[in-house]
Amino acid sequence: MTAFRALARAMLKGFFRDRMAFFFAVIFPLMFLVLFGGIFTNQGVSKAEIIQVGPVAVLDDIPKEAAAYFKDSLEITTSSDEKDALEQVRKGDADAMITQRGDQLVVRYSRADQVKAATVQGTFQAIVQSANIAATGQPPRFSLTTDQVEDDSLESIQYYTPGLMGWAIASGATFGAATNLVVWRKNGLLRRLRLAPIPTRSVVLARVAVSIAIALVQATIFLGVGIALFGLRLTGSWPMIIPLLVCGTLAFMAIGLLAGAVAKSEEAAVGISNFVVLPMAFLSGSFFPLDGAPGYVTAISKVLPLKHLNDGMLDTMVRGEGPSSALVPMAVLLGFAVVVTAIASRLFRWGD
Amino acid sequence: MGIEIRADGLVMTYGDVRAVDGVTFSVAPGEFFGLLGPNGAGKTTTLEMIEGLRQPMAGTVRVGEHEPWKREPELQRRMGVQLQSSSFFERLTAREQLDTFGALYGVAAGRTDEMLEQVGLVDKAGVRTEDLSGGQKQRLSIACALIHDPEIVFLDEPTAALDPQARRNLWDVLRQINESGRTVILTTHHMDEAEALCDRVAIMDSGRILVLDTPAALVRGLDAPVRISLAPGTLSLDAAREIAGDDPIDDTESSLTITTRDPSRILTALAGRDALAGLSVKGASLEDVFLELTGREYRA
Ligand SMILES: Nc1ncnc2c1ncn2[C@@H]1O[C@H](COP(=O)(O)OP(=O)(O)OP(=O)(O)O)[C@@H](O)[C@H]1O
Ligand SMILES: [Mg+2]
Repeated sequence: MTAFRALARAMLKGFFRDRMAFFFAVIFPLMFLVLFGGIFTNQGVSKAEIIQVGPVAVLDDIPKEAAAYFKDSLEITTSSDEKDALEQVRKGDADAMITQRGDQLVVRYSRADQVKAATVQGTFQAIVQSANIAATGQPPRFSLTTDQVEDDSLESIQYYTPGLMGWAIASGATFGAATNLVVWRKNGLLRRLRLAPIPTRSVVLARVAVSIAIALVQATIFLGVGIALFGLRLTGSWPMIIPLLVCGTLAFMAIGLLAGAVAKSEEAAVGISNFVVLPMAFLSGSFFPLDGAPGYVTAISKVLPLKHLNDGMLDTMVRGEGPSSALVPMAVLLGFAVVVTAIASRLFRWGD
Repeated sequence: MGIEIRADGLVMTYGDVRAVDGVTFSVAPGEFFGLLGPNGAGKTTTLEMIEGLRQPMAGTVRVGEHEPWKREPELQRRMGVQLQSSSFFERLTAREQLDTFGALYGVAAGRTDEMLEQVGLVDKAGVRTEDLSGGQKQRLSIACALIHDPEIVFLDEPTAALDPQARRNLWDVLRQINESGRTVILTTHHMDEAEALCDRVAIMDSGRILVLDTPAALVRGLDAPVRISLAPGTLSLDAAREIAGDDPIDDTESSLTITTRDPSRILTALAGRDALAGLSVKGASLEDVFLELTGREYRA
């Protein structure tokens, strides 16, 4: 027990005194959170800019409630020069030009921005439709209500925090275990520890405890910054991320131990860890959602531990699912840890 | 207290290299034992088998009743090891290293100060090991090996990077340890060190022990002539010839030297003529024995 504590303390001090390791485990992923949070929180979808040439009855007589709705998506300026307006649309200074010829509503738009082109078309379709209905003098028979499925709305920060946090924890645990193993093997400390009257498991357990402690520190900082600066809201069963993080740390440590067992030098250990963690983070949706990704990407992501950690954290901390939604990811992570640790221990060497 | 070490026919090969090739010796409790030999002779590998880092491929090694490679904690608590390369925890201070190693051996924290004192690192206690000089690292590494007051101490080239003062200070430390009844086994490339410290030395080459005896007996066994030198002008060359008889004389600007196997006759004659100015008498040393046995050419 004293051996375990002494080793854990030595490893923790070693980590927190290593500015580079601390930077890459905590500050660097946090920079991404700030960056992503900044980009995606303050930016609504920008409005389509419309130039109205001459009087357009449907726009001028629009009912008040409808006007408020259109104001969200359209920004309308008026002009009397049709040619000039068209030129502006062509150059991209405006998204569409609208004018009325008799009962014809004429919309000229540019396909340069397809999203806005679609918005403009859709919006004016709707305007014409409702004007037609109004002209019949009948009250509309159907109405449309829209509502998002997430408890409120899964704002971007809600999505990015678990993903980036997963990435941070994956790199922290992988790099920590890999470099620790290589450095101690190369400087002879592993052999020296082998001669001390302590069981091998106290060395392993100390490393596990330190990695978990570092992961919890990372998570605390991440959640703190997310909540304080970007309005992150945690949902009901968020404490389940703690056991999820523990299982995830074991899985990533196993990857690190494998990298450390294979690598001949510290540089090689860092290289191998990077080579594994970075693609894994992309394929696990840490940086952007995989919803639109092709099938083979989704298939690959299913075997990646980070994907399961991210899913588990998304479900419990922002999607508001119950604690049981964390169980399957935890089981997958533990299974992964067991298999990879078994491989790593076969390749393990005490010294060079 | 006191455990005997017995190595019998130890063999260790790395691929084609027979690093240790049938090494047999024993070390009595309380003995100061030296392993000498050129680079690659197999000293470190031999030590590793006794320390328990490697299981011999053939032969047996016993420390007391234990086989060290089984790594029994009872035995490990009684052995202190300094490996050839200093191995420390990253980014810890000298004091923290000693505290950590102490905790691994279940030692009370007070020992750290004692050890810092003993190896002269008190004012470096708060310095991280990365920032210590080579010799300071080596002293700390030795302190880490001694932290739990072991009965047997293994030191692999403990004085390799030390300055002359630190070397002599360490000799004192090692003598004290040995005089308190502990067994010390060290490897070294400094023959003066082996002569000054060791009760017995084994000279190894190519994985085998070539000779094993007390340093004095080894030097005597070499039966090398003694060199007697005088300040120039103390004795005329003719007078020197008369005294030396058949022994060769070397007359240079800085000294006149007679090389003889019968120093007492020469010295008596010199004393009779009161011609002892600048006298120096150099017998053979362990270094001569070493070079005689292992040759002078470089090898891998
Ligand atoms: N881990 C290893 N793998 C392969 N060969 C090794 C290994 N360790 C030692 N050797 C070889 O075994 C031989 C003996 O090495 P050893 O380290 O025991 O020598 P040594 O007497 O301690 O040398 P030195 O004075 O340089 O420390 C050398 O030829 C060395 O190259
Ligand atoms: Mg050696």
